Amino acid sequence: MTKTTFTRTALSRRAALRAGAGLLAAPAIMKVATAQTSGAFNWKRFAGQSIEVSLTLGPRANNLRAHEKEFTELTGIKVGSEAVPEQQHRQQQVIQFNSGNPQFDVTSVSWHVQKRLFGKSKWLVDMKPLLADSQLTAPDYDWPDFTAGGVRWATQADGRMDTLPNNIDPWMIYYNKELFAAKGLAFPRTFEEIVMAAEKLTDKSAGIYGWVSRGLKNANVPVWTSFMLGHDVDPVDPKTVKLQTTTDGAIAAAELYKKLNRDFAPPGTVGFNWNEAQTSFSQGKIGMWIDGIGFAPPLEDPTKSRIVGKVGYAVMPQGPKARHSATFGDGIGVAAASKKKEAAYLYCQWATSKLMCNRLLQSGGGSPCRASPYKSPEVIAGLKLPREWLSCLEGSSEIGRPGLPEIVPVTEFRDVFGVGLTNTIGGADARAEMQKATDAFAPVLAKSEA
Amino acid sequence: MTAKATAVDRGYGRNYLPFAYPALLITGAVIVFPWLFTLFMSVHEWKIGSPRAFVGLNNFIRLAGDERFIDSIGTTLYFTLLSVVLPVVLGTAAALIFNERFPLRGLCRAIFILPMMATPVAVALVWKMMFHPQLGVLNYLLSLAGLPPSLWHTSLDTVIPTLVMVEVWHWTPLVMLIVLGGLAAAPTEPYESARLDGANPWQMFRFITLPLIMPFVVLAVVIRTIDALKAFDTIFVISEGGPGTASETINIYLYLQAFAFYNIGYASAIVVVFFVLIVLMAMVLLWLRQKAKWS
Repeated sequence: MTKTTFTRTALSRRAALRAGAGLLAAPAIMKVATAQTSGAFNWKRFAGQSIEVSLTLGPRANNLRAHEKEFTELTGIKVGSEAVPEQQHRQQQVIQFNSGNPQFDVTSVSWHVQKRLFGKSKWLVDMKPLLADSQLTAPDYDWPDFTAGGVRWATQADGRMDTLPNNIDPWMIYYNKELFAAKGLAFPRTFEEIVMAAEKLTDKSAGIYGWVSRGLKNANVPVWTSFMLGHDVDPVDPKTVKLQTTTDGAIAAAELYKKLNRDFAPPGTVGFNWNEAQTSFSQGKIGMWIDGIGFAPPLEDPTKSRIVGKVGYAVMPQGPKARHSATFGDGIGVAAASKKKEAAYLYCQWATSKLMCNRLLQSGGGSPCRASPYKSPEVIAGLKLPREWLSCLEGSSEIGRPGLPEIVPVTEFRDVFGVGLTNTIGGADARAEMQKATDAFAPVLAKSEA
Repeated sequence: MTAKATAVDRGYGRNYLPFAYPALLITGAVIVFPWLFTLFMSVHEWKIGSPRAFVGLNNFIRLAGDERFIDSIGTTLYFTLLSVVLPVVLGTAAALIFNERFPLRGLCRAIFILPMMATPVAVALVWKMMFHPQLGVLNYLLSLAGLPPSLWHTSLDTVIPTLVMVEVWHWTPLVMLIVLGGLAAAPTEPYESARLDGANPWQMFRFITLPLIMPFVVLAVVIRTIDALKAFDTIFVISEGGPGTASETINIYLYLQAFAFYNIGYASAIVVVFFVLIVLMAMVLLWLRQKAKWS
């Protein structure tokens, strides 16, 4: 008979606790190990963490915030998010980043305004190593699905990519089909025809105007650059980083801006930003409105618009030398100072996933930087806007070109030239105003590029 | 032993000074330090995202040639003048009316002071909607009266009067309350004596009421001047300093430099110059207040 002896071993309290903790953690560890060995992606690696997300108020933020619970269910990561109006958000971001201790882990970034400043300051995490990490990037994220334009815009000059592409916003022209039909007009094919149509549509005694666009300084600059691109001129030469704002094309664009806003726009446009222009257009007494494609949903909402079903969506007409749609965009990135970079990166990945991009396109609140939503019959079937809007979006994307220069002092550029453009609506000479603005801004640009 | 020697002997300074330390600490932290730091920044060139460099008085020299800054001083003074004079005149008139006895006076007073209780940003947003040239209710009301529409804040000529109109609506009640307090404290004997001497109502107002309430009116002028000089929210929400730069006050320009262009050093220099202007104006107003005191 074999005698079994049991030896009593002393177990300290600390050792018992350690063992208990080990037992409790075992399922999670096993899950990670299983996921790693089986190749399945583990979204719950950072379950239990909490992240803060700071977004620019608008349809993109609404889309994300409406579905954040799904992200928490998927990852176990709690999300505290806020959406701040654009202007205030940009200031808040810079102040917080500059403090060295931003209160958010994830933030949306307006490429057309913030890209260079954020890139120069290295305030955001480079996404490239994270994208290459199979432990952090789900296999179905499908990076090749992102459009070349979006990826190019998200990439800094030094090769770092500090945001994931989220949205592209090409400018186009909304027009009132009913007013055009009443005058027997077809939508303009050239800049010259825009002026002719605006003139024919305008009937001041009836309170009808052919044109409306942003007149408020700063906000009005993309209208001017939209015309400038039709002359094949960028406001700043991308290669030499020299201002091209007194070239013939730039002056002609300013003259066109002046004519349309001074002669065919409703009184008071000098104080109009996009929302005032949108409100005026939605009342049914404006022929054409130029702005970003993401402003369409309220126009098709019967509670907000008198022109539901009457809105035409048109790609920017041919300019004297070229045909381009001034394009803007935004990405989403992780703060370099964040202590939860991986969890924050998972949020960015979810925010730009196929599912969220599909939802964004269907809502009409933006145009995702992925190719797949535009090819999916199911996604298109669920579109809340007319098909014409989608065609316009696709057509505009094909001729997209940055609407603002890729420089650090973008806001100052917009302010200085915006004042000049506003003055032209008051009757000032376009060439003199553009020359004055160029003289004022040239030293600022030179210093920023030094 | 003198009283001074007693105080020293009792060790007032030693024993009671520690009670002042919290106040000194807070004052130092929230007033003295920010001021010293602003002075420090004003002699540096610092753009957020770039390194800081000492530039001496360069920012101030640049300010002297900055057309937008010089224009903004004129705009600030114009806006301040109208935003002080109109509420003071109207508020004093309202105080004289509300000092009289009439039915429902209490209710009317309460209604009159309601605008003062509203949040400036909310007030500005509502006014902005009402000012919309095509869709705003104000132009509709003008049309009912057979008057032509106005461009309100969207015209170079009318933007400042429009902004002042909002200020007047918002702050006239404050002046009324201050002056009403003065009227309540005024003695009644001079009026009885004046009546016996055969003075008419105008003479009683001109030679009795006005001198009696003058210290309160000057107080209202001081408060309104400070308020108007620092006005930002109403202007920013309604016109953002536009059209162009037509309503760009020093505060708006300062805000742009600091928080839109991130030129922290240059913005600090603007703050220093603005502070000097405010101190000069405050000195004039305090001198006026001393002159207006009852003897």
